[in-house]
Amino acid sequence: MTYQLETAAHPETLRRVAIDPVSRVEGHGKVTILLDDQNKVHQVRLHIVEFRGFEKFIQGRPYWEVPVMVQRLCGICPVSHHLAASKALDVIVGAKKLTATAEKMRRLMHYGQMLQSHALHFFHLCSPDLLFGFDSDVTKRNIVGVAMAHPETAKRGVLLRRFGQEVIRVTAGKRVHGTGAIPGGVNKALTVAERDELLKDIYHIVQWSRDAVQLIQKVHTQDPGLYNSFGIFRSNFMSIVGNNGDLDFYHGTLRARDDNGKIIFDHVDYQQYNQYIEEEVRPWSYMKFPYFKSIGKEHGWYKVGPLARVQNCNQISTPFAEHERKEFVDYAGGSPMHAPLAYHWTRMIEMLHAAEVIKELLHDDDLLGSDLMVQGERQMEGVGVIEAPRGTLFHHYRVDENDLVTMANLIVSTTNNNQAMNEAIRHVARRYLHGREVTEGLLNHIEVAIRAFDPCLSCATHALGKMPLEVELVDPEGRIVHSLSRS
Amino acid sequence: MSHTFTLDGKVVPFVDGQTIIQAASAAGVFIPHLCYHPEFKPHGSCKLCTVKVNGRHTASCTMRAAPGMVVESETEEINAERRALTQMLFVEGNHFCPSCEKSGNCQLQATAYHLGMMSAHYDHFFPNRAVDASHPEALLDFNRCILCSLCVRASRDVDGKNVFGLSGRGIKTHLIVNAKSGQLADTDFTLADKAAQVCPVGVILKKRQGFAVPIGERKYDKAPISETAETTEGR
Repeated sequence: MTYQLETAAHPETLRRVAIDPVSRVEGHGKVTILLDDQNKVHQVRLHIVEFRGFEKFIQGRPYWEVPVMVQRLCGICPVSHHLAASKALDVIVGAKKLTATAEKMRRLMHYGQMLQSHALHFFHLCSPDLLFGFDSDVTKRNIVGVAMAHPETAKRGVLLRRFGQEVIRVTAGKRVHGTGAIPGGVNKALTVAERDELLKDIYHIVQWSRDAVQLIQKVHTQDPGLYNSFGIFRSNFMSIVGNNGDLDFYHGTLRARDDNGKIIFDHVDYQQYNQYIEEEVRPWSYMKFPYFKSIGKEHGWYKVGPLARVQNCNQISTPFAEHERKEFVDYAGGSPMHAPLAYHWTRMIEMLHAAEVIKELLHDDDLLGSDLMVQGERQMEGVGVIEAPRGTLFHHYRVDENDLVTMANLIVSTTNNNQAMNEAIRHVARRYLHGREVTEGLLNHIEVAIRAFDPCLSCATHALGKMPLEVELVDPEGRIVHSLSRS
Repeated sequence: MSHTFTLDGKVVPFVDGQTIIQAASAAGVFIPHLCYHPEFKPHGSCKLCTVKVNGRHTASCTMRAAPGMVVESETEEINAERRALTQMLFVEGNHFCPSCEKSGNCQLQATAYHLGMMSAHYDHFFPNRAVDASHPEALLDFNRCILCSLCVRASRDVDGKNVFGLSGRGIKTHLIVNAKSGQLADTDFTLADKAAQVCPVGVILKKRQGFAVPIGERKYDKAPISETAETTEGR
C-alpha cells in the first residue's frame, strides 16, 4: 500500500507513452506511462479526462427532480443513481419504511440492472481478452471476433443484457433513464402481463447465468499463474451487507475488512458514512481518492465491487449463487482473494444471484400491489447508499425549507476504486513493460487490468469546483513542452 | 350564420365571429399553437399558429374566418417556419426535457415532436434565470418560460388577482410576480387559481408532484398533440 510509481522524480527526462482513450470501458480515460531510455517504468497514472459537474448544478433544484436528473450521470447503470438518490430523498420526505410493493419494485429494477450491466461488461467488453488472450490479434480482439468464434456465447451475452434491460423498462418506464422511483416509493407497480412476459424467459436466464459462472471459473482455474497474480495488490475492501450479513445490492449496513479479511468496521448506518470515509484530491486527476478515516490516506484506501462484495458477505440468499460463492471461497483458500482478474469470476456469481432474485420476485404478488407511496416527517438531510454494479455508491443531499437542494455529495463506485485501479496498472507496468519494447499487446495488458474493475469513468467525474485542472502541451515525439495547472 | 372556408383543401364551416383556429379546432383540424387557449382572448404572440390566408401570412388565432378564404397550414414551408420558431423558444430558455417533470405533459415538447424538431439548431442562450420556491405549494421555474402570457391572462381575467405580469421589452421580456418582494409567497396565489392550471410548459408547478405519473401514462404518451388539441384547455 504505497504510492510507488505515482510520481516520477524527473519526468522531464522521460519518454511518455499514452493509452488514450482506454478502450472497452464506460466513459473516457487515459493512461500515461513515463519510461527512460532503457524502457524502465518510472510513472504510471490512470487519468480521468471527462469533466461533469452534477454536484454543483443540482444545487438550487427542487429535490423531487433529483432522482431523474442525477441518473444522467451515466447511460450504463443510471438505475444505481436513480435509486441511490431516491433512497436519500426517502429520508428527506420521512419515508422510513417503504411499502412492500415499492421496495420490491425498486429491487426488481436494481437486480435487472445488475444483470444487464454485468452481462454487458463480461460478454461485450472483457470476453475478447479472456477468450482470445491479452495480446492476441487486435483485429479479432472484440465482440465481433467473439461472435465469429463463439457465436452462442456472444448471443447469450446479448440476450442476457436484453432481459435485464426489459426488467428495467417495466419497472422504470424506459430501458435507459426511466422515472420509476420517486421520493417515498414508486410511481407504478408491475402488471400481470408484464410479469408473465418476464416469467417466460427467466428460467433460461438463470441457466445461462450458471453457465457463465462455469465459463469464467474454467478460464480462471486453467491458468492460475496468470489469473491469480496479474496486477495483484493487497487492499482493504468494503460493501454494504444485508440482514444476517447476506449479499444485498439494494440495502444494508456498511462493512469493511482489511486485506486479511479482518473486520475494520461493521453494522455502520450509512447515514453516518462521512464519519468513516474521507476523499482526497490529487492534482493530476479529476477523480477523487477516498480512504477510511480511521486508517488514513496512505493505507486507508480500499476496493469495492463484486470481488469485495462476494468476499465481504457471510452468505448469498439464493442457492445457485451461494454454491458458486462457496466454490470461489474454497478456491481462494480461506483468505481474501485480491487478484483483479477474480473480479470477473465474482461478477458472474453476482449476475447469477441477480437472475435468481429476479425469478423469486416475479413469483411475489406484492409486485402487483397498489400501495406505492409513504411519507412522514420532513427532514433536511439524507444519505442513500446502494451497491451499484461497480461497487458502493453514495448520494448525500441537503434540502432547504423551500424544497431546494443546497448540497450534494456523490461518491461513486469507480471513485472508490481509484487507488486500487492505479495500483493494479502499476503492478502490470512493472511486470510486463519494464525494460521491454512497448507493443500494442503489452499496452492492452494495462487496459485488461483496468477493465477488470469495470470502471465507469463518466460517473466518476461528477464533481465541479473542487478539482484542479492540468493542461499539458506535448510535441509529436511525446515530450511535454509546456504545462499549466490550476489548483 | 354559417359559412365555410377551405383549410388545406378541406371545407371548414364557421359562424360569424369565429377565428380561423377556433373554426379549425371545432372541425377537428389541429393548428399548432402555444399562446392560444380557447378560454382566453387571443394574444397573437407566439406566432406558431401562423397560416397563409390567400397567400399571406397571418396568425390564425387573431384572424377572423371569412367566407371563401383559402387557408394553408400543414405545408412544408409553414411547418419549417413553425419549427424555427420552436427552436428559438428552446434556445432562449433552459429547456432540459430529460430532467423536467413536465416532460410528456409539455405542450412545447409535444409541439416540437409534432413539427419533427430533431435539434435546437441555434446556439443556446443559457440564460441565468431563477427558481422561486417561496410558495409552500407551488414552484415557479422561470427557466422554462416561453412568455405565452396565459398565466397573466388567467390571473387577471379569471382569478381577478393580477399575480403575474410580463416586464421588459424585446429579448429582455420576462415573467414577473406582482409582489414587492417579487416572491410568489407574498401574493394571494393558490393552487386552485386558473393561473395554476394553464401553463403549457413547466414554469408553474405543484410542489412535490415530480414524476408521480409514470412514463406511458402522461398526456402526450397516449396520443400526439395533434390528436389531443381539443382538450388542451384541460391541461
